[in-house]
Amino acid sequence: MSEVDTKAHDEAEERSYGFWLFLMSDAILFSLLFATYAIMVTATDNGPARTEIFGYWRTAANTALLLSSSLTMGLASIAICEARKSAAFQWIFVTMILALAFLVLEIQEFMGLVAQGAGPDRSGFLSAYFTLVGTHGAHVTVGLIWMAVLCLHLAMAPIGPAVQSATERLTMFWHLVGIVWIGIYSMVYLPGLYQ
Amino acid sequence: MFGRLTEDALPLYSEIAMAGAAVTVGGGLFVLAVVLWTSSLLYLWRNWLTSVDHKRIGIMYVVVALVMLLRGFVDALMMRAQQAMAMNSGGYLPPEHFDQIFSSHGTIMILFMAMPFLTGLINFVMPLQIGARDVAFPRLNLISLYLTAAGAGLVLISLVIGKFSTAGWTGYPPFSETEFSPGVGVDYWIWALIVSGVGTTLTGINFITTIVKRRAPGMTWMRLPLFAWTALCASILIVFAFPALTVAGAMLALDRSAGFHFFTNDGGGNAMHFANVLWMWGHPEVYILILPAFGVFSEIVATFSSKRLFAYNSLVFATVVIALLAFTTWLHHFFTMGAGASVNTAFGITTMIIAVPTGVKVFDWLMTMYRGRIRYQTPMLWTVAFLVTFTIGGMSGVLLAVPAVDYTLHNTTFLVAHFHNMVIPGALFGFFAGYVY
Amino acid sequence: MGGWLRLGFGPLRPNFVVRATALVAVSIVLSSCSLAEAPLLHPSGPIAESQRNLLFEVFALMLIVVIPVFIMAIWFGWRYRASATQSAFDPDWERAPFLDGLIWALPAAIIVILGFMVWRSTHQLDPYRSLAAAGDSTQVQVITLEWKYVFLYPKEGIASVNELVFPADKPVQLVMTSDSAMTSLLIPALGGQVYAMAGMATRLNLLAFGPGEFLGRNALYNGDGFADQTFRVRAVTQAEFSDWIASAKQAPVLDAAAYKDLSQPGILRRPLQYSQFASGFFQSILDKYATPLKMQQTPRHP
Repeated sequence: MSEVDTKAHDEAEERSYGFWLFLMSDAILFSLLFATYAIMVTATDNGPARTEIFGYWRTAANTALLLSSSLTMGLASIAICEARKSAAFQWIFVTMILALAFLVLEIQEFMGLVAQGAGPDRSGFLSAYFTLVGTHGAHVTVGLIWMAVLCLHLAMAPIGPAVQSATERLTMFWHLVGIVWIGIYSMVYLPGLYQ
Repeated sequence: MFGRLTEDALPLYSEIAMAGAAVTVGGGLFVLAVVLWTSSLLYLWRNWLTSVDHKRIGIMYVVVALVMLLRGFVDALMMRAQQAMAMNSGGYLPPEHFDQIFSSHGTIMILFMAMPFLTGLINFVMPLQIGARDVAFPRLNLISLYLTAAGAGLVLISLVIGKFSTAGWTGYPPFSETEFSPGVGVDYWIWALIVSGVGTTLTGINFITTIVKRRAPGMTWMRLPLFAWTALCASILIVFAFPALTVAGAMLALDRSAGFHFFTNDGGGNAMHFANVLWMWGHPEVYILILPAFGVFSEIVATFSSKRLFAYNSLVFATVVIALLAFTTWLHHFFTMGAGASVNTAFGITTMIIAVPTGVKVFDWLMTMYRGRIRYQTPMLWTVAFLVTFTIGGMSGVLLAVPAVDYTLHNTTFLVAHFHNMVIPGALFGFFAGYVY
Repeated sequence: MGGWLRLGFGPLRPNFVVRATALVAVSIVLSSCSLAEAPLLHPSGPIAESQRNLLFEVFALMLIVVIPVFIMAIWFGWRYRASATQSAFDPDWERAPFLDGLIWALPAAIIVILGFMVWRSTHQLDPYRSLAAAGDSTQVQVITLEWKYVFLYPKEGIASVNELVFPADKPVQLVMTSDSAMTSLLIPALGGQVYAMAGMATRLNLLAFGPGEFLGRNALYNGDGFADQTFRVRAVTQAEFSDWIASAKQAPVLDAAAYKDLSQPGILRRPLQYSQFASGFFQSILDKYATPLKMQQTPRHP
């Protein structure tokens, strides 16, 4: 019995380790996109510059939404660790609502930009902006889908080591998404808003 | 129904291209026929194509590599024949066909020959060396294989349907942008790169986890066989370098299909940025190719000299140093792009520093041969050939690392010769030696 | 040839005399090929000459490591072959701290020396470094198109295509941009190459020893006509240069229509001349693509 347990534990640890490596490579991907943005930020081709297009309230709201979703995700993972199912459902549900609200705001922002002629095909600067923030948005979407799948798992079976290990990875992923957003907020939005 | 795919995409523009396409398609059909004829489809499906056994996956990787090697080799022969025949005449290939061959040779040889070959060897040998039952994530391993094979398949399909990319294996924009390369070839090329790149990244993660977490009890770091060390370093390079390829490819794809302006001439695009991102992947990539081959040579030279490896610690240290420095040299691929003299100097020196651990390795292998009993079987022959040829390649590399010399030699056949003198002995000889061994 | 091939691939019974002779024969044949006249080894200008000398110096330094490797590879490989049972055999010898240190120190020392050489030479031979005061060099603006080179002489007011002519007694300063893909202008006899890119002005300073005719070409692949994107370079006497300018004055004007013709992808077999071009023409090509980003990168050595 104990041998089986160690094996399951080893496997969970390997999975977490491998996934952590994957996140590192993902972080490199984002750092390259950040570098691209930094290089392209002045390449506006006489189009809108970064001081002209960002909304103060929207980005602040986005930041608040995503950071509090990191907190609720943490609470969800604690609940799953302690095998408290209803609490787990509750916190994952809150996280999903927050993430969904974030996405809605971001899509609104993108559509607004495209409508005022500041789409990604306008200039190198906007290409870099849309790619960086869009890639982050895609990560949020993936996280959202993952949470939905986790809910299904939770609904169908009691909380076991498999779900716990999956939650651990999802939490790592979600924190990376949060960290990248902090980078985006402080490197993309703040310099644009306060210049 | 087929979108932009019409019968114009068939290679009817040149008889040679048509024949080449016929051989590719015919070869595929022939293999399929043999499989059906021997009614081994079910056997293949059950025991190979869906197998998650690391040895079988390794062998399948090597098969992919050998098929692509054939293709890449034919490309090389066709280019050489064209160059020989085109002296003061048009040669036998129209330029747009030569350009496709020239682009596909580089792409195939590096990404679809060398990469699967080394992945196959590591897959087969590394778990056995460290006493693991399999790699850490066997199913992921199979997925990686299929991603790599899919990339290779895209290249082969693109060589038959439509024209392959004519933008060279580095695909420098703005030439690879729609403005100058409107055809579908570059798009196929990008997707082949990204798909196989994702596969390779997953493989790298798999190998690192295996080596870090699955060593048999008692297999401490300094007892790790050298091949496993090089596999580890190459995998770390893969995980950290391949995102750059993905980013470069994705940005180029966005430029081409969504009208973005990353690297275009107009709209504020900046083509120099592509060169930077591409070589942030591209330079570590050559060490990804060469390090596992170094590992192979280390094992072989000790075995066939009937001796212990000289200065194991030095070799391990040199491997790690090479892996670290690999990330600091990318700019030497474009000294001629107008960067300042001080920047060029810095990158020239970091490049030359890599020659130190590499030279140490060569000497350590020679010292392993010293006072040995050298049996000249095939792997050892490859190794000795490697030592001599690779030294020439390394010397030309240091010459090129001097920016002022590079100004005259860059982009010439001197560079081509340097690269081939490094990678053919440094990677291909190693893979052949490892394959035989 | 056949014998040599058989030696290479046959069963391994090394016969050094035969092999060495064959090798020497092959290298003589090879060395008598085109490389003997390669402009790289026979430069026609001080820049190219310094670059070649540097190449030889680095080469010589590298030989300190390379020659021992060759000797050891052959000597050890021969002496300690399995059939030579009288040679020493020391299977457990795997550590020799002094030797190990030497193996690290020797290449490192060479790299330190090389590092200093690189520092000095890279600054000295920086293609951006002007070789004379601004008034004393021939200024040429270069625009690369699909498979041709346009040379504008702002002071003389004339233009030429695929032919670069300048007085041999003065340095020439090229300011380059591209109105198509990225290219790289290389004149091996005079030294150096630098990329030309749209929206950016890069520089290349060259000087010839004396009058002569050289080959220049694009060294960066840019499509079907790449192999034929070459141009003639002529360093001439002051009188010949004036004659050449005078003959250009008789040629047609490089107006928008003529430039549009030139911009079409294609190969030009013979050089062309133009008597005139709009003032600020080069800047207008730059402005086609320029953005604030590119402009701020352009001026380095004013």
